[in-house]
Amino acid sequence: MSVLDVAAIRKDFPILARTVRDGKKLIYLDSGATSQKPTSVLDAERNFYETHNAAVHRGAHQLAEEATIAFEKARKNIAAFIGAQANDLIFTKNATEAINLIAYSFVNATLKQLRGETLPAGAERFVLVEGDEVVVTEMEHHSNLVPWQELCAKTGAVLKWIGLTDDGRLNYSDLTTVITPRTKVVSFTHQSNLLGSINDVAKITAAARAVDAIVVLDACQSIPHMPVAVSELDVDFITWSGHKMLGPMGIGCLWGRSELLASLPPFISGGSMIETVTMEASTFAPPPQRFEAGVPMAAQAVALSAAVDYLQAIGMDKVASHEHELTKVALATLGDIDGVRILGPTDFTDRGSAVSFVVEGIHPHDVGQVLDSLGIAVRVGHHCAWPVCRRYEVPATTRATFYVYNDLADIHALADGIRQAQEFFGSN
Amino acid sequence: MQLEQMYQEIILDHYKHPHGKGLADNFTAQVHHVNPTCGDEITLQITRDPADGQKLLVSYQNQGCSISQASASILFDQLNGQTLPTGELAVGHLVAMLQRMEEPNEEILGDGIALVGVAQYPARVKCALLAWMAWKDAAIQALGQNQATVGEK
Repeated sequence: MSVLDVAAIRKDFPILARTVRDGKKLIYLDSGATSQKPTSVLDAERNFYETHNAAVHRGAHQLAEEATIAFEKARKNIAAFIGAQANDLIFTKNATEAINLIAYSFVNATLKQLRGETLPAGAERFVLVEGDEVVVTEMEHHSNLVPWQELCAKTGAVLKWIGLTDDGRLNYSDLTTVITPRTKVVSFTHQSNLLGSINDVAKITAAARAVDAIVVLDACQSIPHMPVAVSELDVDFITWSGHKMLGPMGIGCLWGRSELLASLPPFISGGSMIETVTMEASTFAPPPQRFEAGVPMAAQAVALSAAVDYLQAIGMDKVASHEHELTKVALATLGDIDGVRILGPTDFTDRGSAVSFVVEGIHPHDVGQVLDSLGIAVRVGHHCAWPVCRRYEVPATTRATFYVYNDLADIHALADGIRQAQEFFGSN
Repeated sequence: MQLEQMYQEIILDHYKHPHGKGLADNFTAQVHHVNPTCGDEITLQITRDPADGQKLLVSYQNQGCSISQASASILFDQLNGQTLPTGELAVGHLVAMLQRMEEPNEEILGDGIALVGVAQYPARVKCALLAWMAWKDAAIQALGQNQATVGEK
């Protein structure tokens, strides 16, 4: 029996009632790309627009006050979800922008230093010189790889990475050679979006701390799926997206240590993020406003806060156990099909619920097309983690990802669908 | 069933037994095109026919889904040894067919008319067009080259 009442949960997600491809029941196994949204989240966003809508942090009329209160209350609730303080949480367009915000902090601090400007105390840790090192891993989503490549190209820093083992884990023996006294930042994913591996944050952070490097954790695939507490992670920044955790699109989160946020120059500038402005120059507001230029996504913040409430009502421990159970069955069921190869760990320790696989003789696109014809939505392609595909010498994979609304029947449907694809393409 | 409309037998035949696959040692122009959303890729070469520089010989190597593979094989059948105007006509017609602007014309596309089922899956249209866009790119580049030109340009 499942730890969750999936049938009851499914009723909260209107989209799951629709059919696809000639009346097929929708089996949604693509939550790793984006999750579906419960009614309470949709209602929260609609309610904001219907009753409180105004631009926040400007204006003194009643609606502006109500909207600002709703926005800041949402910030507090979302921060509390990971055990953080509201002022240390910055809203961004998405997690990609959150990572860019940090990467550009290095660019901006480095430029200011080059021009001989005085840097705020603490910002010197963000200054890069030729030969400094930026460390990522080989399992990063492009969003946690390309911004660092760009940073290196602009500053002359060198990009290094922790490699992967054949069974889909980080090669921790690389740590001692990859992280050196020249390392200024170590940015890595908590859980691989393609392999499902959950990384040993403490081990990597200890190596980074030993050389005083900034530590950035991409939690896009962990915060939606398991309990995550800032206090248990000795990292400097955490980035994640709202839409993968039942929230709306258009909102991402960046948590940062308050002393670091205080020292950082702004990323995007304009309205809202200032303290004083003259024609010649401006000074900037303290965090989080310093990093939230322009009218922010208040309705999305309110809706994301409702998503947090929804997940907390279930309990993140239960979400994690439920997915763990589904993953176990998926790995066993898919592993039993001749010609199916799973990429990523096949043991269950530190293993999240992304299950990527290749079917011998059938390209992932074709597997996905057959599954789609049966109403099963999976992701096909390189999952924005092309280097992982290259590492395991596959052009692409098919990936199933699970969430609170999936059950064992979905996995059996997936397995049947794979067999039908094999039959259709005559590969087995 | 919609699926069988896309994966017609003729498409699966081209996929399983592709025509003309393999790179040439010498060529006039070579391009590498990818479909960045899925990682399908093709290296396509055009060699101007020594006897008639307007005739364009095709060689290619590719990897990807059945649609992109079959489409390249069909392209080889249709365009190997053809001229730029003939090829451009075929590419234009394929694009229009996949946008449901034109009815399939077998005289122009040969087996390529079997790709018509792809039109109902917008996400796969790029797979069907990959080889043809690569051909157009390489053909234009090859005709801009003087080498291997025998006939008058």
